[in-house]
Amino acid sequence: MAIDHIELLFDNMAQRLNLRLRDKNREEIFMIGIHTGGVWVAERLHALLGLTTPLGKLDIAFYRDDFSRIGLHPHVKPSDLPYTVDNKHIILVDDVLHSGRTIRAALNEIFDYGRPASVKLAVLVERTGRELPIQADVIGCSVCLDANKYIKLSGPTPLSLEIRSNV
Amino acid sequence: MNGLQLNEQGRLKHFLGIEGLPRDLLVEILDVATSFFNVNQKTVKKVPLLRGKTIANLFFEPSTRTRTTFELAAKRLSADVLNFNISASSTSKGETLVDMLRNLEAMHCDMFVVRHSEGGAALFMAQHVVPSIHIINAGDGQHEHPTQAMLDVYTIREYKGNFSALRVAIVGDILHSRVARSEIHALKTLGAAEVRVIAPKTLLPRHIESLGVKTFNNLRQGLTDVDVVIMLRLQRERMQSALLPSEHEYYQYYGLTESILEHTHPDAIVMHPGPINRGVEIASSVADGARSVILPQVSNGIAIRMAVMAMTLGAHSEYKEG
Repeated sequence: MAIDHIELLFDNMAQRLNLRLRDKNREEIFMIGIHTGGVWVAERLHALLGLTTPLGKLDIAFYRDDFSRIGLHPHVKPSDLPYTVDNKHIILVDDVLHSGRTIRAALNEIFDYGRPASVKLAVLVERTGRELPIQADVIGCSVCLDANKYIKLSGPTPLSLEIRSNV
Repeated sequence: MNGLQLNEQGRLKHFLGIEGLPRDLLVEILDVATSFFNVNQKTVKKVPLLRGKTIANLFFEPSTRTRTTFELAAKRLSADVLNFNISASSTSKGETLVDMLRNLEAMHCDMFVVRHSEGGAALFMAQHVVPSIHIINAGDGQHEHPTQAMLDVYTIREYKGNFSALRVAIVGDILHSRVARSEIHALKTLGAAEVRVIAPKTLLPRHIESLGVKTFNNLRQGLTDVDVVIMLRLQRERMQSALLPSEHEYYQYYGLTESILEHTHPDAIVMHPGPINRGVEIASSVADGARSVILPQVSNGIAIRMAVMAMTLGAHSEYKEG
């Protein structure tokens, strides 16, 4: 099953992000995408918002809470935050919000780079199955899914969302 | 040895030597190290990956740089580190080593980083420890020094990119050098176009050509058109008989000076595993010169050791997307 109108979702997210950021100095807003899908989503939003600050990229592999169970991800991409996050307003972007564990790891990593003034979370899809008290500020769409289903974002061009089953 | 180094999924369980390891795995170590390199640039120079793990540095042979970079690598991964400096004379081989392992196992260590003056010491430990403990070879006798070789190829990749077009010369005391042996295996596995070893006949092991290298006894001939020059330290402490007339004469024939460096490719880089003997194997002006990447090698060593530690400690089951 596929989720259509993905470009509409981006437009909608960008509008709501603009509303939330209207009282902030644009020079102090930094967007960070989480590898890999989150970076694709962040690239779209970054362009739609017309941000001039560089886009940051985060690979949370070294901050995952399941290293002692499943070991190191074999293809870790370097995290790339080309600025200090101190006193900046961060927009953290991911493709799918599920258990909340990825966001927990990403927040921990961001704080190892400094102390941001604030962090907002934007996700393309929010789904059921949260295991931690983490919610997004801006959401593209919400879906109710059984635990054995997962959402796959393919990209970067074109981006497409698909719901698949674990077999 | 690879039966011990790799688990059923072909992932690194112990890191004992480069010989026989597949190319993909060496490339993976380099790639993981690249992602760890950025940890040094953060405000908090740590990642929580190995939190709660205990790593024991067992150094039966003195070392400053290798031990401190292993210690730093472990600490950047948030592991706890124990340092044991055990002089070789205070332990006899065999049973006492096993006894010592049993004691360290009882302290619930997760990894031993081992340096020993006897070749095969790390392999011996890997054969005798309980399965939950991982062993990293930090240099065993004249056998291998795999993390040094990996940091060297990492540095070469950083400055030169693709290995397939590269001519690399290793110069000096090849006979006593575990670094040279590991480097030759790493460079050949990664597909370097040509690996040369340059040394006086007394410091070249017999049959070294069987590793696929070209041998030279003349420094100028050997260095002609090479892209990378790796100088080795003259290991006087390992020389049991007079293999060389004098250090002065060695410098005259095999010392890397600016004039002899002109025979290399104009963009050639100069490497040295350290500690350097200025005026014995390398001139100060070369060691401190624009082509020297000796200090970047030290920084890269931390990232490589982080990669190897994280990969071995994480290698108990197959990764799946979570």
